[in-house]
Order: sequence, then structure tokens, then C-alpha cells
Amino acid sequence: MGKAELPLHAPGTRVDKGYIGQSVPRPNAKRLLQGRGAFVDDLRFPRLAHVAFFRSPHAHARIKRLDFGNALKSAGVIDVFDGRAVAEYCTPWVGVLAHLKGIKSPPQHAIAIERACWQGEAVAAVVAESRTQAEDAVDLIDADWEELPAVLDMDEALSGRCVIHPELGDNICFKREHDTGGVDEAFAKADLVVEETYRFGRHTGVCLEGRSILADYNAAEHTLTVHHSTQAPHMMQDVFSRHLGIPEANVRVIARDVGGSFGIKVHVYPDEMATAALSVMLRRPVKFVADRLESFLTDIHAREHKVTIRLACSKDGEILAFDLDDLSAIGPYSVYPRTSGIEGNQVVNLTGGPYKHQKYRAKLNVVFTNKNVTCQYRAVGHPIAVALTEGIVDLAAQNLKMDPAEFRRRNLIPDDAYPYTFPSGVKFEKLSHHQCLDQLLGLMNYASLRKEQADLRGRNIFRGIGLAAMIEVTNPSPAFYGVGGARISAQDGATLRLEPTGMVTVMCSVTEQGQGTEGIFAQIAASAVGVSMDKVRVITGDTGVTPYGGGTWASRGAGIGGEAVLLAGRALLSNILDVASKVLNLEKETLDIENNAIVDKLTQEKKMPLEELGRITYFRPDILPLDFQAELTVTRHYTPREYAFTFTNGIQASLVEVDTDTGFVKLLKHWCVEDSGTVINPMLVDEQLRGGVAEGIGAALYEECLYSPEGQLLNGNMADYVVPMSGEIPDIVCAHIETPTRQSQLGAKGVGEAGTAGAPGAVMNAINDALAPLGARVTAMPFTPERILRALGRIA
Amino acid sequence: MEHALDITLTVNGTPVSRRVEARQHLVDFLREELGLTGSHVGCEHGVCGACTVRVDGEIVRGCLMLAVQANGCKVDTIEGLSDSKEVGELQRAFHERNSLQCGFCTPGMLMAARDLQLKNPAASREQIRAHLSGNYCRCTGYQAIVDAIEEVLHGKS
Ligand code: FES
Ligand code: FES
Repeated sequence: MGKAELPLHAPGTRVDKGYIGQSVPRPNAKRLLQGRGAFVDDLRFPRLAHVAFFRSPHAHARIKRLDFGNALKSAGVIDVFDGRAVAEYCTPWVGVLAHLKGIKSPPQHAIAIERACWQGEAVAAVVAESRTQAEDAVDLIDADWEELPAVLDMDEALSGRCVIHPELGDNICFKREHDTGGVDEAFAKADLVVEETYRFGRHTGVCLEGRSILADYNAAEHTLTVHHSTQAPHMMQDVFSRHLGIPEANVRVIARDVGGSFGIKVHVYPDEMATAALSVMLRRPVKFVADRLESFLTDIHAREHKVTIRLACSKDGEILAFDLDDLSAIGPYSVYPRTSGIEGNQVVNLTGGPYKHQKYRAKLNVVFTNKNVTCQYRAVGHPIAVALTEGIVDLAAQNLKMDPAEFRRRNLIPDDAYPYTFPSGVKFEKLSHHQCLDQLLGLMNYASLRKEQADLRGRNIFRGIGLAAMIEVTNPSPAFYGVGGARISAQDGATLRLEPTGMVTVMCSVTEQGQGTEGIFAQIAASAVGVSMDKVRVITGDTGVTPYGGGTWASRGAGIGGEAVLLAGRALLSNILDVASKVLNLEKETLDIENNAIVDKLTQEKKMPLEELGRITYFRPDILPLDFQAELTVTRHYTPREYAFTFTNGIQASLVEVDTDTGFVKLLKHWCVEDSGTVINPMLVDEQLRGGVAEGIGAALYEECLYSPEGQLLNGNMADYVVPMSGEIPDIVCAHIETPTRQSQLGAKGVGEAGTAGAPGAVMNAINDALAPLGARVTAMPFTPERILRALGRIA
Repeated sequence: MEHALDITLTVNGTPVSRRVEARQHLVDFLREELGLTGSHVGCEHGVCGACTVRVDGEIVRGCLMLAVQANGCKVDTIEGLSDSKEVGELQRAFHERNSLQCGFCTPGMLMAARDLQLKNPAASREQIRAHLSGNYCRCTGYQAIVDAIEEVLHGKS
């Protein structure tokens, strides 16, 4: 795959000189390539203590007795604490938000008190001189349990026969109904009604770096510094402050290198809160790094849904209505502070998203169970909504004997229909479904693939082609969390400073987890100011240093943080030119910055290097006019407010071959056409898409957290929980349409989640397309060989 | 220390002697005792490859080998191969093609890639994928990693 063909600047956007649209390598990648990064577990502190947790072996049980006697005597142990002891330093929380009407969840403690509600919930903490010693002592804790009935099945939970939290009355965390009206009428007059039930396996993020936190409390200052593998440092600063009773200004959260996050590291985890509390209690730094087994038991899981969807359409293939019933299980608590209601809510918002039908009805029930908690994992709700929609759309096309690409073409919202309000209530600024579809079909050579498929079928080779069109939430406004009362910033800020040497330092509240945030900020800053990229240094992930902001989630880093950097860069340019105008005694309007120097705007004649301007500003301001003060540090912020979300769109295609004897699916190729507005760095965008597609492929084919009937996680390790490795993932072809958002100068929309959102649906449709001549269909992810053989009737 | 043993080994060309617990894994020894934190720990059960280091010329999983088993051995880590520039070409190609995102898997990937470069410099794209199949990367989708290695092996662009 070569470098993507893209215009240097997105058409129609006002873009500054330089690097925007170019595939420049990320400057910050070099330290990682040499193993010289600074992940939390790489940091070294004097008097560092290590915590290991004693976790519930039961899905639901009362803690009758905890005996720490032997553990306390174990070598290197500093202390052992139960939930009550930690609760004196850390208040409980409740994962609800006001705009999710009726959502409920009980208070959750850092360490469980009285009762454990899932296998893996921490019930005691052992602090020792080393992690090994802490783990040794965990094994010596003696506990008596009274097992309680565990609710594991979603339907069982919904029935309310056994209620996990009796004080809540039932097991329903959140429910929502949405109805445009006219749905029954649309179904009554439809020529074709198709209905199907889809199941999605609960799976998880499997970041290669486990969750990591090193909390360092300074008793003299009553300050807490937390080195944290997190996506949202300011949110965590607020949470630590609020629940540990330390003034917010005294809490500093530093997220240096983060080894993958994907939404896993944007939530409040009880064991991490306990670690921070233990640092306060013991007045010394305490570290917790989740090992792989703990990660499977306690990193948020996601996407356990069972959904029945119906589609009504006319005989010439016009979709008239969708009707949806989604049941989703989230474990025993709604996760704080984003809640576990958002995923299902997104399914309601997004189902049917690319299409122009007007009638829509949806019902959602989100229930508590005694498994690990679920919450927002990359693409939140989108993989479900896309797979449902695209699965039922393909089924309708198949019934009408219509080509699935043609069926989509008839129903996709026209490219000139914007702005557009979708029947679920969400608003689209401008999308490009038809352009994307056309580009995809050309890119993959759809017609000849269909021909090849037909030829191969004659030779008993079963290939399938699957399409998945989608919409995606990016650049969220405060409508996502802030309006519900969460102290999660939808705004981000950037500070730019011209240094005396002519270097530009960028400090931004959006964080870096490998997606290339720091790289694109360097590109934007260099372009806006007029310097070369080697003159830019970017600092992120430190609440003590950067402006306040939301961090990295919901595909917002480039669109929101990038805009803040652009605005700050332009302001810095203007301020630099003010200084230059005084020093050179020339009109500001005649000057510009080009290639690290003040130049004449028209002739590009070099007037003064920036380092000379820096020298004068900082060391010889005596030669500047008395009534002039140079300001070479500027801060700008940005929040999208015009639209609740800046929707993007895209379409993916998957080509698979199914071995009907073994049930194995071979992925032959995958295509992805995405419209994420202005593309700042095509190379980074493509790798984001590919990584996302790989996660989506994992969900479609391999990944599921399997629980026993007793609520024991059966495959909580990397040998038994299968993730895609290099041999499984095919080459992935990416291409772009660029429809910049008009809400910002930069025009960038988000792209980080698109791959994950669309891939499962595309793969599912490809498999079903391959199986169609055999009369078989699969609808329960992941599509394991066993499930495929069962669908084929090869096994019972 | 109960069950402690004295070991002497060469790490990145420098002789090192330490008294270590018998149960300590090689990767923990490198990280905790020597401060060589470039080798990462992703699973501690031999699946992810983040802990890949080279012992007497063979790549091994640092989480499946005990430090005492490396007694008398020559151990190379990402830090050593970076300083000696042995993986310089691979690092350049990885950088130019953005074959890493979070970078947590990268040291292990580079160790595996270097091993392939030494043992099968003519490896095809499929063989590259097969050789990396014990190294998990959640971020990239692998394609850019395969591209970079292919470029270094075959001078393709
Ligand atoms: S940490 Fe050794 S293979 Fe995963
Ligand atoms: S770059 Fe993050 S795991 Fe490979």
C-alpha cells in the first residue's frame, strides 16, 4: 500500500501553510522505538510500595470474615486493608447521569464492603515492599464467604426474579423508548418485512499495557501526584480530588506514555481509586499495575447485547421503517462517571443511521448482572448499531434478490440532503454516503469480485463480500456528558509559547496514547505559526502544565484539540508579528513568518530569524517601545457547540472465504472508505483505521469473555481469549473523502473509532454472503468455526 | 532472600553479577534489577511477545525464562540493540511508516523482526506475518509493521 493520494489541503478549508495533509512521521515515536518511553511501570520512586488485591472468587457472595493474620506476617508486607478501612479515605460513587433519564446504580466502593458482586471484585488490598511480596501475602488471606444467587443471564436479569441490589427494586439500570410514530402503519403497508435477532459477545479491550497507576501523596503539602495510564487526566484530577477529599488544585495527574487505551482507560476503577487512597493512608508512593489475569477480570468489558430488529420495505427496495428491541447486560454497577447506559443509548441513536427512512421505533433495556462491569470501549454502541442495521439491510436485499450495493444506493441519505435530522433525533451537518459508496465499489473492483465469487462457487469455494455503511459520533459537544452533570470537559485548550531560541512549545489538554496526537499537534502548530516541525515540542498529559480539557475519547483529539492548537498558533503568529513590526519598524500587515523567519509577506524576503526575535523579546526588551509588551505565550480553547456531535460517515467492505468443512473464515481483504473531514496526516489516519478494523475483526471472529453458569470467567488469559495476531489480519485498503466540518477552521472530524465501528458488520455480511448458497446464516458474534458449522448443519 | 542464587551474565555487552531470587523471571530481572525498562511485560504467560529479548543469539520470552537460567549467557535487549545500531534500519523504517502507535509492543516487535532479518532475510510477506505471529499489537492492525520489515528486507518502498 502506498501513501494515500490526497490533496495537500482539504478542499474548501482555510488551512495554513505547511504540514497539514502530509504523512510526516511522529517525532515522539523515536523514544518508543528505542524502548526509552516512560510508561507508568517504568518509573522509579524512593519508598515505592506495591499493592496487590485479594479478589472475590465468587460471582456474588457475602463476605463473612476476612482474616489478615497470616498475610500481615508475610515478608515485606507493609499493611493489609479491607473495604471499610479504605472507605474512610475514599468516598463511594454512583455511576448515573441526569440526561439518561431514570438511570440507576448503587453506590460503589473502592474495595467491596460486605458483599462482592462479580468474580474479580477487590475485597482487600495488601501493600508490600514489592509486588511479588504483596502477591505472596494475598494468597495468605483467609476468607469465609456465603455464596449468594448469581444473576448471569440477561433475560433472567430482566425478569427480576432475583434482584442483585434489592434497594433498587429491580435489575434494570436504564431503559429508553423512542418512537417517531407511524411505525406500525409502515410495517402494515410494507411489501417485505424482515426480522432477525443478533447476539454480540461480551469482549474487552486487551490493551497491551495493563492499567497502571502510581499515586504519590505528599503529607506535608497535602498534595497528590498521580502517574496514571489514563485518557482523561483532568477528569481523573476531579475524581481523585472529590473522592479523596483533597483540593483539586492539590491533585496533579500525569499521563506520560500510555500503552494502548481504546476507551478502557477512561473510566474510574475501584482498584485504582484504592491505590490513590492507600498512598494517602500510608503517606508514601504506591503503585498498582493490573496483570493480565486481573485485566480480564476487571478492565471494563463491553457489548453484551441481544437485539431483535425488524425492517419494513417496499418491493422496489425502499426502506420504510426500522423497529428495534435491544437488551444489554452491564454487570453489577453502572461505571463511573460516564455510566454504562451510553452504549445502549448509542445503539438507539445510531441504528439505521445511513438511511433515509422516516419511521423508527426502539426499545432498550440495560440490566445488571453478576459479571464484570461493562462500559465504553472503542466505538461505543456503533459496532452493534452498524452490524444490526447492515445485517438486516442485507437480509432485505437478499429477499428482494437485489444486489446489496444497489439496495444501499437506493436508501442512503442523498449527499445534498444536509443539514439533516435523523429519525432518532440526531443531526448531521454534512455527510457523503454516496461518494463513499462509489469510491469503495471502484476501489475494491466490486463488479469483478462478484464475478470471481460466482465462478468460484461453481468450484465449491465459498467466498463472500460484505458491505457496512455507517455513521459515527465524533467531536462531541457538552451534550455527551456535561449536560448530564458529569465533570468531563468537552472543551480543550492549547498553549503555544515562542521560546528565546525560536522554538515553539505546545501544551495541549488532549492526550497521546499512540494515535499520533502529539505528532498532528506539531504539524498544526508548525503550519499555523510558520516554523518547521523540528522547531516544535509538544507536551500533553499533565494537569499541572497543560490547559484544562477533556483528553482523549469519542474521536475528539484532532477535531477539538487540533482546533485549539490551530487557533493558538494563529494567535501566536499575530503576536510574533506585533513584535517584529516594532523591531523592524514595518507595518505588521506586510510581514509573515515563513520557514522559521520573519519575511516580507509579498516578496518572501527574509527580514529576521525567529531566534533573533526571541532573543530581543526575552533579553533585550529595553529596545522595544515603552508602551509595548510582547506576549509570546498564548492560550486558546475550543468546544464544538453548534451540533451535539460532528457525525462522520464511511463504508467498509470485507472479502472472506469460508471453509465449509472446518468452519474457519479466512479474511482475504478489507476496504475502508472514510470521510473524517480534513485529513491532517494520512499515514496516521490510515493506521488508526487499520488498528480499529483489526479490533472489529477480533469482535467478529474471535473475542468473547466466556462465563460459566456460576459466573466464573472461563477464558480470562491471553492463551484462551483469542485476539487477532499478524497472521489473521488481512491487508486493509484505506481511502478518504474529505468533507470538512464548517464548525471549525481546521475542518477535522474524528476517525479513531471508525474502523472498529464498521468492521464487525462488514465481516458478518461477508460470511453470510458466502454461506447464502448453502442456506445458512450466522447472527451471533463471534463467528467461531463451531457456530459456522452449526449453521451449516455439520454439527448439532 | 530465601532461594537466592548468584548469577553472572553479559547484558548488552556489559558483565553483570547479582544475587537473584530463584523464581525471578528474566524480564523482571532486566526491568527491576537493571532498570532496562524497554522490555515490556504484557501477559506474563508467554503469549504477547512484549517481553522478547535475545539470549545467546536466540529470541526468548523474558517472562518464560528465569533470571538464573541466563547465568553465563549473553543477553541483548532493545536498549543494547539501539545503542549498537543493530536495529537502526528497522527503527528508521518503523518510524517512517508509523509502524507503531502506543509503542508498547515495539521493542518486542523489533527483536522478532531482527531475528527474522538474521535468519531469513529473503522472507516473503506471509513469512513475515508468520514470524511475528507471537507478537501481539492491539494498536496498528500489523500492516505497517509488515510493510516496514518488508522494506528493510527487500529494499521495497
Ligand atoms: S509478557 Fe512475555 S509473552 Fe507476554
Ligand atoms: S503499538 Fe500499541 S500494542 Fe503495538
